[in-house]
Amino acid sequence: MTSIAIPEGMPQYDDVPRFDVARVRADFPILDREINGHPLVYLDSANTSHKPRQVLDVLDEHYARHNANVSRSVHTLGTEATEAYEGARAKVAAFINAPSVDEVVFTKNSTEAINIVAYAFSNASLRPDADPRFRLGPGDEVVISEMEHHSNIVPWQLLCERTGATLRWFPVTDQGRLDESGLEDLVTERTKIVSLVHVSNILGTVNATSRITARVREVGALLLLDCSQSVPHLPIDVVDLDADYIVFTGHKMCGPTGIGVLWGRAELLAAMPPVFGGGSMIETVTMARSTFAAPPARFEAGTPPIAEAVALGAAVDYLTGVGMRAIQWHEKELTAYALDAFGSVPDLRIFGPTVPVGRGGTISFALGDVHPHDVGQVLDSLGVQVRVGHHCAKPVCNRFGVPAMTRASFYLYTTTEEIDALVAGLEQVRKVFD
Amino acid sequence: MQLDQLYQEIILDHYKRPHGRGLRDAEDSGDRVEEAHHVNPTCGDEVTVRVATDGTVLHDISYDGMGCSISQASASVLHELLRGRGAREAFEVHEAFVELMSGRGQVTPDEDVLGDGVAFAGVARYPARVKCALLPWMAFKDAAARAGVAASPEVKA
Ligand SMILES: Cc1ncc(COP(=O)(O)O)c(C=O)c1O
Repeated sequence: MTSIAIPEGMPQYDDVPRFDVARVRADFPILDREINGHPLVYLDSANTSHKPRQVLDVLDEHYARHNANVSRSVHTLGTEATEAYEGARAKVAAFINAPSVDEVVFTKNSTEAINIVAYAFSNASLRPDADPRFRLGPGDEVVISEMEHHSNIVPWQLLCERTGATLRWFPVTDQGRLDESGLEDLVTERTKIVSLVHVSNILGTVNATSRITARVREVGALLLLDCSQSVPHLPIDVVDLDADYIVFTGHKMCGPTGIGVLWGRAELLAAMPPVFGGGSMIETVTMARSTFAAPPARFEAGTPPIAEAVALGAAVDYLTGVGMRAIQWHEKELTAYALDAFGSVPDLRIFGPTVPVGRGGTISFALGDVHPHDVGQVLDSLGVQVRVGHHCAKPVCNRFGVPAMTRASFYLYTTTEEIDALVAGLEQVRKVFD
Repeated sequence: MQLDQLYQEIILDHYKRPHGRGLRDAEDSGDRVEEAHHVNPTCGDEVTVRVATDGTVLHDISYDGMGCSISQASASVLHELLRGRGAREAFEVHEAFVELMSGRGQVTPDEDVLGDGVAFAGVARYPARVKCALLPWMAFKDAAARAGVAASPEVKA
């Protein structure tokens, strides 16, 4: 190894925050598994992440010691459960630097969070006295992009169908970047909301949003960022990001399934009509009509996923303990390593940015004309777990002219040895389908 | 699980050198020609199967599609097994193939009935891939029904 001296006074290599990957791996019981006689090589964290012992223990402990419904009881267990649930909200708020804890709405996942916003618009559109920012009708526009996950496409298509508004979208460049060249024509006075993915779950692209945000402010629209693939992997600060809403999902960030988050600016959430009706979201109910609680309760009808929220709080503690900057750096190194290693595989075509700049640790590719199903099957026989298919982003597959892609995605517990195992597996794939 | 149970030579052969691929018009102008397009929504595989028949004999079964080795090889085997057969007989083969694929690897296939289709016995052990193997067969069933030949009542698929 050669070493290059970085001049004194400049940031040194050792200044980069780091963690011990072997120690982190020891926290994840599932990583001990063998698959088809091989050590598990899990390269599908963009789909769902694994959960550390610290999170599993909290989940277990909640049911074993503190189980009760929240916000409805004066008894001790009820108070403990409520404190744990609200404590988790405070942890999540701090994690994304939300100005107020009440800006964090617990949902089932990102999909539900996006649908809550879309249906709040829908409900507002039916009421002449609703806040005009949420009212949509013919002539109004909703803007998304070609690189969205289906959960940030379909809710808006349905909203436009219900209200007569028009759906428009940013295209994607050949390099897999958001094509902002038509920004001024796309985001206009007619635009009511722009809803964009922050980090693409298929191309890995990290979208720089500041130009778009500036334009959104200029025309008086609202901005939602789908942070499902960014909150787990990089430090996110909602004040800095300057969006109006962000959504993310617990199971991709070391938390359990069944819990997600809608963050919205306090003033916006307060002005939005409710979506689901039921217990916990009301102020008062008579047989004729009801009035509604303030956010976040207004958007959390019924018994929420209590244990899941508490465990998400534990996941946030875990990630904070390792350090989000360190996780981001670890994945950057893995990405650079993988892009380099993929370069040595004949006939491998990467979809999305091929340099480790403005991209995360999610890499989709094609191996010659071997179908991704077959690639995934051979890799599985070697213990290597990758995702194959359209990744809930069919428009991206169409954009690049393929029905499906193979995707490897990394997280804090991923090692370069696992990337080596993938590359060796690809060699095996080529042998079977030469 | 053994990978070569799934990717039998026969399957890879049909995949690399598919038989009867490409959509064709009827040779006999008296035939009815109908097709069906099926998609596997979880993986995006697509296949179109076209049937040319006079109502009793399936004169041609042609197809086109894109997808994994299993779905494409399955279409090739379908073509080879059912083309030129009587409708009734064809549905018996169809039923045997569906039964094999639904058997989770517990069904022993009859080579006299299924020909190269027996190679798919291993696929039945991979639940995620059964749909791939069945895709062209389901499209065939729809296309045949459109062309006026449906599975006889006593045959249930
Ligand atoms: C970018 C993006 N958006 C939304 C989702 C949906 O997440 P969930 O299925 O947890 O709602 C995902 C994950 O599948 C995703 O990667």
